[in-house]
Amino acid sequence: MQDTAQYSLEDDGAGKSRLVLSGNLTLAAIGPLERALQNVTAPLSVIDLSGVEEIDTVGAWVVCQLAHAHACDITGASPSARRLLDAVRSIKAGDDIHPPIVPVWERVPLALGKQIYAARGGIYGVVGFFGQILLGAASLLRHPTRFPIKALVHQMELVGISALPIIGLMSFLIGIVIAQQGSVQLEQFGAEALTINLVGRITLRELGVLMTAIMVAGRSGSAFAAQLGTMKLTEEIDAMRTIGISPVEVLVIPRILAATFMMVLLGFYASVVAIVGGAVVGELALGIPFWTFLARIQEVVPTHDLWVGLIKAPVFGLIVGLAGCYNGLQVRGNSEEVGRRTTMAVVSAIFAVIVLDAFFAVFFTEIGWG
Amino acid sequence: MRINTHPDDDAPPIVVEGLANRFGNFAVHEGLDLTVRRGEILGVVGGSGSGKSVLMRSIIGLQRPAEGRIEVLGHTITDVDPDSDFGVRCRWGVLFQGGALFSTLTVGENVEVALKQFYPDLDPKLRRQIARYKVLLTGLPEDAVAKFPSELSGGMKKRAGLARALALDPELLFLDEPTAGLDPIGAAKFDRLTRDLKETLGLTVFLITHDLDTLYEICDRVAVIAEKKIIAVGTIPELIATGHPWIMEYFNGPRGRAAKASHERTRD
Repeated sequence: MQDTAQYSLEDDGAGKSRLVLSGNLTLAAIGPLERALQNVTAPLSVIDLSGVEEIDTVGAWVVCQLAHAHACDITGASPSARRLLDAVRSIKAGDDIHPPIVPVWERVPLALGKQIYAARGGIYGVVGFFGQILLGAASLLRHPTRFPIKALVHQMELVGISALPIIGLMSFLIGIVIAQQGSVQLEQFGAEALTINLVGRITLRELGVLMTAIMVAGRSGSAFAAQLGTMKLTEEIDAMRTIGISPVEVLVIPRILAATFMMVLLGFYASVVAIVGGAVVGELALGIPFWTFLARIQEVVPTHDLWVGLIKAPVFGLIVGLAGCYNGLQVRGNSEEVGRRTTMAVVSAIFAVIVLDAFFAVFFTEIGWG
Repeated sequence: MRINTHPDDDAPPIVVEGLANRFGNFAVHEGLDLTVRRGEILGVVGGSGSGKSVLMRSIIGLQRPAEGRIEVLGHTITDVDPDSDFGVRCRWGVLFQGGALFSTLTVGENVEVALKQFYPDLDPKLRRQIARYKVLLTGLPEDAVAKFPSELSGGMKKRAGLARALALDPELLFLDEPTAGLDPIGAAKFDRLTRDLKETLGLTVFLITHDLDTLYEICDRVAVIAEKKIIAVGTIPELIATGHPWIMEYFNGPRGRAAKASHERTRD
């Protein structure tokens, strides 16, 4: 069996040519032949298929297109080849299989306008979503037996307990870095002892909670969005609605409560581990004994620093949970959308957390908790 | 001149011998034998959970059987590495139950994917033309070619899936419940399309179905899966003649009788 297709041109005596095809007119062999046939410009009177060994729909398609272009006849086709030719003959040629392309001067303003509309819709959507959650919470308060306690505990485990190792490691390393880098700078004033103040205050006030919020957004906010988005695609959420279960009550509220509540615990845990990391550096590099470092923390860090962290934590948790669930429920259409919405959930959550953190910093300083 | 012919021409395209599939302690198949003849439409029927789809997945190499030998177009499937063996993979097409179209590609691009994968040196314009006429060959309208799967109805998705299955001009076509979820008119049209394509393209079709009308209208033979193996293969009268209780219940139930009556009406 030869895996190629050949052609030859014979003069038919009337100023036109006979195109004689032979070999395999199949998908595997048609490529080179088709390219060669594009160079045939001589007028054809007839296409002879009697030398063809094998033919499939692709071969038949190419022959039909050629016959159509030259307005010539096809001879020598076996009955089976004739069936194939008849099957593809009526199909109009064309090669537009991609979605239509819009020119750039239309596309850019269009995309900009869509973005603006989407932003407006997003704000309405988030406010509406928050309202739905409040309504859901109110109806759960009226019917406490419906409260999805199992789902809440499960989500708390996923958001909180399973995050302990990674958040612990991250905070420990951050504590080490702050203590080590801070001591290098403070040494220049002979104030290495102030490293304790630095580590204690910055972790409890800022970094413990902020880094935890970023980690929770990456771990759990993305998981919320991907999970709910997939459930939306497979119509699970619609199925819930039809049997009278509110997706907000059973899916969204446990996740948001878990994120809000666990953020407080995780943020506190992260601050403590970061301080321990600082104390390890103090012991090893600064000559401050480990337990002295911890005891000094109590003396140099005002209690309101702890409150600053603990007040911010649930707000950040709420934002991460809201962004994850909201974006998950906005998924429509295809799997690409799940990825897009998951990214959006994480990015918007981290962005909102950092912006709010700046407001909190100003606010707490203004009320005298500096 | 021959169509779609290969050296192992008259050998049956699918031979399954002593197949066993187990999930943990649960055996789906045990000592299953099946031979599919060249050029036929073989219907495969069985109760829900009897392992029809698992059988198809075993034959196309997606499910590694616990025991047994599967030969497709002269290749022993149980030996080939599912990711590397192109030789036999480009000679069959599969329509999955839900269509399994790539949701981020248009219908035409879905068909083009297989062409790109197996014939990267094909002229891109020709490749797009081929993809387009394959879609039209399955009876979809022209404007469906550049649409995304999420914009299509259930019946159109099935046709688009069939177009992708036909992308490489296969000899063997696997259809997993092609008419499930279609309205009766759409299902009848899809049956006719399957038969027409089989006749024009010289296909061998392995067709899993619950649709009794499909069995009566287009299947040359029917294989029945029950009790973990193929209990009978043959034309519907031959199957009924075996007197097996499950087969009797299947074909002589109210739906079976209705399908038979309608088949006889249309034939007369």
